[in-house]
Amino acid sequence: MIVEIGHFALVLALAVAIAQTAVPMLGAYRRDAALMAIAGPAALLQLALVSLAFAALTWAFLVSDFSLKLAYDNSHSAKPLIFKISGVWGNHEGSMVLWVLILALFGAMVALFGRNLPDTLRARVLSVQASIAVAFLLFIVLTSNPFIRLDPAPFEGTGLNPLLQDRALAFHPPWLYAGYVGYSMTFSFAVAALIEGRVDASWARWVRPWALAAWLSLTIGIAMGSWWAYYTLGWGGFWFWDPVENASLMPWIVGTALLHSAIVAEKRGALKSWTLLLAIIAFSLSLLGTFLVRSGVLTSVHAFAVDPERGIFILGILIFFVGGSLALYAWRAPLLKTGGIFAPASREGALLVNNLLLAAATAAVFFGTLYPLLLDAVNGPKITVGPTFFNLTFVPIFVVLLLLVPFGPFLGWKRADIQGAAERLMVAAGLAFVAMLLAYAFMWEGPWLAPLGMALAVWLVAGAASEIAWRIKLFSVPLTESMARARRSPRAAWGMALAHGGLGIAVAGIVGVTAWRAETIVALAPGESTQLAGYTLTLEAVGMRDGPNFEATTGVVRIDRGDRFVARLMPEKRRFPAERQEKTEAGIHTNWLSDIYVVLGDVAGEGKWVVRAYRNALAPWIWIGGMIMAIGGAISLTDRRLRVGAPVSAKTHAGARPVAAE
Amino acid sequence: MTRKQRRAAFIAVGLAILALAVGLVLYAMRDSIVFFYSPSDVVEREVAPGQRIRLGGLVETGSVETLSDGAARFNVTDMVETITVSYRGILPDLFRENQGVIAEGMLLEDGTFAADTVLAKHDETYMPPEVVDALKRGGNWQGEGAEASHAETYGQGSYP
Repeated sequence: MIVEIGHFALVLALAVAIAQTAVPMLGAYRRDAALMAIAGPAALLQLALVSLAFAALTWAFLVSDFSLKLAYDNSHSAKPLIFKISGVWGNHEGSMVLWVLILALFGAMVALFGRNLPDTLRARVLSVQASIAVAFLLFIVLTSNPFIRLDPAPFEGTGLNPLLQDRALAFHPPWLYAGYVGYSMTFSFAVAALIEGRVDASWARWVRPWALAAWLSLTIGIAMGSWWAYYTLGWGGFWFWDPVENASLMPWIVGTALLHSAIVAEKRGALKSWTLLLAIIAFSLSLLGTFLVRSGVLTSVHAFAVDPERGIFILGILIFFVGGSLALYAWRAPLLKTGGIFAPASREGALLVNNLLLAAATAAVFFGTLYPLLLDAVNGPKITVGPTFFNLTFVPIFVVLLLLVPFGPFLGWKRADIQGAAERLMVAAGLAFVAMLLAYAFMWEGPWLAPLGMALAVWLVAGAASEIAWRIKLFSVPLTESMARARRSPRAAWGMALAHGGLGIAVAGIVGVTAWRAETIVALAPGESTQLAGYTLTLEAVGMRDGPNFEATTGVVRIDRGDRFVARLMPEKRRFPAERQEKTEAGIHTNWLSDIYVVLGDVAGEGKWVVRAYRNALAPWIWIGGMIMAIGGAISLTDRRLRVGAPVSAKTHAGARPVAAE
Repeated sequence: MTRKQRRAAFIAVGLAILALAVGLVLYAMRDSIVFFYSPSDVVEREVAPGQRIRLGGLVETGSVETLSDGAARFNVTDMVETITVSYRGILPDLFRENQGVIAEGMLLEDGTFAADTVLAKHDETYMPPEVVDALKRGGNWQGEGAEASHAETYGQGSYP
């Protein structure tokens, strides 16, 4: 019964979304306040209905109601509680419901907190937002219904793919979707602005928090996914340039560009149409990402043949929203008034170059991801575009970008003093140079490019620190005054410094893992040991143990450095009888500078076991850096000037602080 | 600087970045594209040893062995031709006999294949589409098995 209520609620939500699309849009056109006023309550009702549907689905998973086909396919009564919950979105249908739930949540937030938006803009934003909900709800109801019953009900479920039964991965999809769907908000604002034919500072003020929130969620989602890949796939790698990964990376890069260009649009009234275009592209790539992953288009375009109905629906939604918004853009964008002229050497110019480089990097990833699919679609040869391609395209573009990052915050609006900025960065440049020399001195066995990478990382971190030091006049005024200045500095400034510094830390981690990895693979009998980068690894024993829904073969590996005991690791091979699958759990010891990473393999005859071990230099920094970036985003989001519902008139706002925050 | 000059400067920067991106892509396209071959393709087209390729097919039943130095060896077959693959590393969790697999690496002079990457992804009912294609071309596709259950897991959702 509860399942049927959920199903009914979902269909009702579709009806509400249709009304929310049509009525406020008409109201805004006719300037009819009564019609526009429907948007708010409709958005809240839509959230309530979708929540009900999602709750019903979750309930079926929690009580292991296997008469629900989705629960039968993706759950098992012996599964730990947390994975019963994450199983709801660990499949196609359920994850689409989660998507719509987040969409409805964000729409409701605009309805609740957007009271200070101009009426017509608010009505149009909610209407566009609802049109996205209509498309997705139709998609769910017509092709991916999660509420299908089985009769007779099976006694036991078939379980969830063990690779997905993992704590980090359980919350990877919600964060990722929050990011994707967050860009639906900036998209809705962009389309509404195009229809209005007006982009002003207050519009940009509204878009910035959403762009930031979406970026922050996506950063966390991608970092979690990459961390999961690191410790669970047993390869010790963190990024594989897999199309599925690229699908989430592309909206992130464009979203990063949007984040920066929205600042220019707000502060200076320039780059307006470019910001609109980025908002449209960011969401288009989010849509593309969701669907490439969810429809199976990615593994092959032939997945369309497996389920033509779903594939064509997907294509329809993509064409409608991407094509429609771009056509609207082409028609309306030239009508927008551009403002705020600026010299090439200025904060605006720097942010524009940042945007162009980010766009070029996205284009390279886009090409490498979709070219094999296109070739396959026209029955060309089957090819793979592997890491080499991305290392040769994406990486150089990004290196240029990273070199320029520390300059941006030192440049003033309109016309900047490049020489002055360079002088203020002398310390950072010196530190980067020293780091490079040290890296050459101590890590001479690695690739010759690696120390340059470390220099780049230090350049980013020291550059971010220099900006803060300059802002609070460290050492040039008494320390107490510096402290006072630090307290007065807007949170957005701290957020930016953290995000740029975190980027540097992540770069250091990436360089370390890529360049200075040591690895070994040996067959060991219990009692035997092997050497790895100065560590002694001893396989002490191999035993069996039972988990809640799996049985594991556990190796006990003792790690010593000289005479000193370091750690005892327990790499495992887990067998999940319900799902008839195996899963590797690597044993990882970290000292925050490097990881010792041990995987237990198969039996290699005569009571020996294959043991593969890595020393991954600086590996933890990748995710520490990612988290610092996300924290930076979160701190910026709490900046009073970005707080939704705290209006500041454009005039006092622009004049209040001579040193701009971002 | 006049408005015109300013615009020209921006366009120049934009074009330079575009040229950089296009140049890098074209350069990378020359030698970082890896082609997919089935065992029959490898034999028919006489793939040169040392060329980086992806080899896909089924893991031949009973052919998987782990050598005493930790390397793994197995045969990849499309039911017409069979190629022996050696791989130093731990096989992925979803690697199984009589299941689809993709190995990336190069042919050696002795006709065996040295893989540095072995991919066996997704769930147990999934078959990489390239492998399905290769089997179909070899006339050894049994149809019902993999693809049908895949469709069942992700596909049918008839609305009552």
